[in-house]
Amino acid sequence: MNRSRIIGIAAALLVGVCLIAPSIVLGQTEAPAVSGNAIDGDYGYGLPPMVSKDGQRVDDLIIIVHWFMSALFMGWAIFFVYCLMRFRARAGHKAAYDPIKAKVSKYSEIGVAAFEAFLLIGLSMPIWAATKSEPPPETEATHVRVVAEQFQWNFHYPGADGKFGKTAADLVDTVDNPLGLDPNDPAAEDDVYATELHLPVNKPVICDLTSKDVIHSFSLTVMRVKQDVIPGMRIPVWFTPVKEGRYEVACAQLCGNNHYSMRAEMVIEDDASFATWLEEVGIVEEFDEDELD
Amino acid sequence: MSGDHHHEPSFIRKYVFSVDHKVIGVQYGITALSFLFLGFCLMMLMRWQLAYPGEKMPYIGNIFGEAAMPGGVMLPEFYNSLGAMHGTIMIFLGVVPLLVGAFGNYVMPLQIGAPDMAFPKLNMMSYWVYFVGGVVMITSFFVPGGAANSGWTSYPPLSDIATAGQTWWLFGMVCLITSSLLGSVNFIVTIIQLRVEGLTMFRLPFFVWAQLITSFLLLLAFPPLEAAGVLQLMDRLAGTSFFLPEGLVVSGVLQTQISGGGSPLLWQHLFWFLAHPEVYVLILPALGIVAEVIANNTRKPLWGYRAMIYSTIFLGFMSFIVWAHHMFMTGMGTKISAFFATTTMIISIPSVVILTALVISLYQGAIRFTVPMLFALAFLPMFAIGGLTGLPLGLPAADIHLHDTYYVIGHFHYVVAPGTIFAIFAGIYFWYPKVTGRMLNSTLGYIHFFFSFIFINIVFMPMFWQGMAGVSRRLYNQTVYAHGDAVQSLTVMSSWGAWMLGLAQIPFIINFFISRFAGKKVSNNPWHATTLEWLAPSPPPHGNFETVPVVYRGPYEYSVPGASEDFNPQHVTTEACSSVS
Repeated sequence: MNRSRIIGIAAALLVGVCLIAPSIVLGQTEAPAVSGNAIDGDYGYGLPPMVSKDGQRVDDLIIIVHWFMSALFMGWAIFFVYCLMRFRARAGHKAAYDPIKAKVSKYSEIGVAAFEAFLLIGLSMPIWAATKSEPPPETEATHVRVVAEQFQWNFHYPGADGKFGKTAADLVDTVDNPLGLDPNDPAAEDDVYATELHLPVNKPVICDLTSKDVIHSFSLTVMRVKQDVIPGMRIPVWFTPVKEGRYEVACAQLCGNNHYSMRAEMVIEDDASFATWLEEVGIVEEFDEDELD
Repeated sequence: MSGDHHHEPSFIRKYVFSVDHKVIGVQYGITALSFLFLGFCLMMLMRWQLAYPGEKMPYIGNIFGEAAMPGGVMLPEFYNSLGAMHGTIMIFLGVVPLLVGAFGNYVMPLQIGAPDMAFPKLNMMSYWVYFVGGVVMITSFFVPGGAANSGWTSYPPLSDIATAGQTWWLFGMVCLITSSLLGSVNFIVTIIQLRVEGLTMFRLPFFVWAQLITSFLLLLAFPPLEAAGVLQLMDRLAGTSFFLPEGLVVSGVLQTQISGGGSPLLWQHLFWFLAHPEVYVLILPALGIVAEVIANNTRKPLWGYRAMIYSTIFLGFMSFIVWAHHMFMTGMGTKISAFFATTTMIISIPSVVILTALVISLYQGAIRFTVPMLFALAFLPMFAIGGLTGLPLGLPAADIHLHDTYYVIGHFHYVVAPGTIFAIFAGIYFWYPKVTGRMLNSTLGYIHFFFSFIFINIVFMPMFWQGMAGVSRRLYNQTVYAHGDAVQSLTVMSSWGAWMLGLAQIPFIINFFISRFAGKKVSNNPWHATTLEWLAPSPPPHGNFETVPVVYRGPYEYSVPGASEDFNPQHVTTEACSSVS
């Protein structure tokens, strides 16, 4: 029986290797190109690029937790494998009836609990408080309304007056008025609508998230920002982009058939380019309105 | 019982509408294993689309029809249906019915020395309500628009506006929950009332304790979801809006028929109030099986038996106040997230205690590497990986990046697939001789184990890297994103692992059916075990025991110094144990 077991292990390992190798090779073959513009940053097997001010704290926490997990698992696995080899049934070996009185397990459990408490209270809670409870001052921040709908992201900028125009659900028109802006509200006149998220670099951003239809999730992987977008609620998120480039906005919550394609692009640029872009997009918007009249 | 003369019941009363816990257990087992296989097949289909998005599925692509896979290429709506139904079938029709309905029903009454469950007819009803739920779920694939496609979590408003399959899903869920409720009442009463003389609570096998706590979880956690399911049905059928706010604009059309005033988050709270205890429903009986197999194959008492029981009770209580850790991304403030993160960290402690006790039980044992023991041993590191990877997800700040990514998929699958399902296999190999009177072939068993172990890790391990890279779950095609495209090779690897894992089940399926007729015949107690089910004949007759047993000791008295054998069964008197035979 012993020999058959060894043969079994060897065969299984062999098949495993034979399988992994071709799947990796197959996987490396040219995949269909990502649609649209080139996305900045190196993406691979580890954490993706990180381009926000607070994102590093999230990454640090993830890395510390994984070191802790690896250490625990390795220590545990060594004991486990040792037991399997040392205490296998064989001629002349008998199991002991009396339980061992080792205190190691108790101390290690207390140690684990203490370290978990440190991770939670020392690291996780302060990050959460900073990224979820302490918004930057409104006057310093770029303010954007993000309106999610099946399967598109809409971005609403307040324009030069810094005020968002009123919106109403019954004014929504998918072609002419996707945000449902009230044409009689003077604050709405200079508002800008876009399907690409442009933001100035090194300046805090506040995004007010709302949804027209179902639950979505506003996921900016490179910013380490993720927030569900829930119809009937207005939920703000904030972050500070620190590197220029073109990145992606993803929907991270199943929102219907084409959930996978609910993707937008985000452009982080310097103040001047941002201002120019706002103007250009704004002109297009006004032009549309003129045509309507 | 020995004096009772049972007249021979008709075929239908004996094998179809049976009230015997053993027949019902086997019915549950066969039905749930079939569903487990079906759920696995759904996933193997999804893995094709994931690995080779938009490509025609070879060989079988054309059999699913134009509405699901035109030209053999899977549509996103069909992919979403497969995803939702994979989750639902695996959890509610596969794993829970196996752990509770099959193992609980068959083994628990035997382990407490009872002739049957306390309420045999309720037991029968529980199975048949479950069966109807399963039929409803399967039928839903054939209604217009296909089966439910809003995820197994069915978050409204998406589920409220989904196709007709969602209504079927809700009806099916109501049946399945009702079935679990009926079962749980029966289990609790049976364990409390029907133990034989001498079998005190702290002489119960750990498996019975696990079933008891599980039954309380089912009893207390399922009613809120049943209520929530009915509310969602009303939203869909009667025009209410429990989960719908006003002013919804779907595809550019204002939903004027919705009165509004509801909250989408209410559903999430009700759902996770069930679904988190549900996680422990999936894991506690599995731990019970593993504990039985480990004690038997190390030939020594479980280390920390009482600590394990107290931990299980504590787990049961705590599992009711951690649910919102599934909802960190819903806009939760610091205080509430701190509360749920704290309870989440606390609940990890008893899990660590149980796992530690099981590993220390190996120390100074005499470990027999039988097939059930291999599955039980493999369960330990797999469950450890599943548990450890829950840590970054339980820390709200780390969860920001990992929430709703493949990391989550990897995490809970490590708990439930190589974790719970390996425990289920351990249980099948362990108790098969009791149920059939014949052994499963161990060569086929070793083949099944080694290939399953390798391939299941190839399926799930890459998911942690994918999740780290930021790839969202439930994506029909992850290559539309730069970070998804970069790790597509891992998806391909996972998919091949899954298909090979499917092949690795063939020896088991063959073994399962052939051994029923050709397996080696065994005595009552082929594993030299101590608990009461091994006193009953294999297979046990109607009424279970030839004479009512009396219990003299705890459940795991192996290798007692001075005893004539290395196991002292619970029902044998101390004098008989020590007399040299």
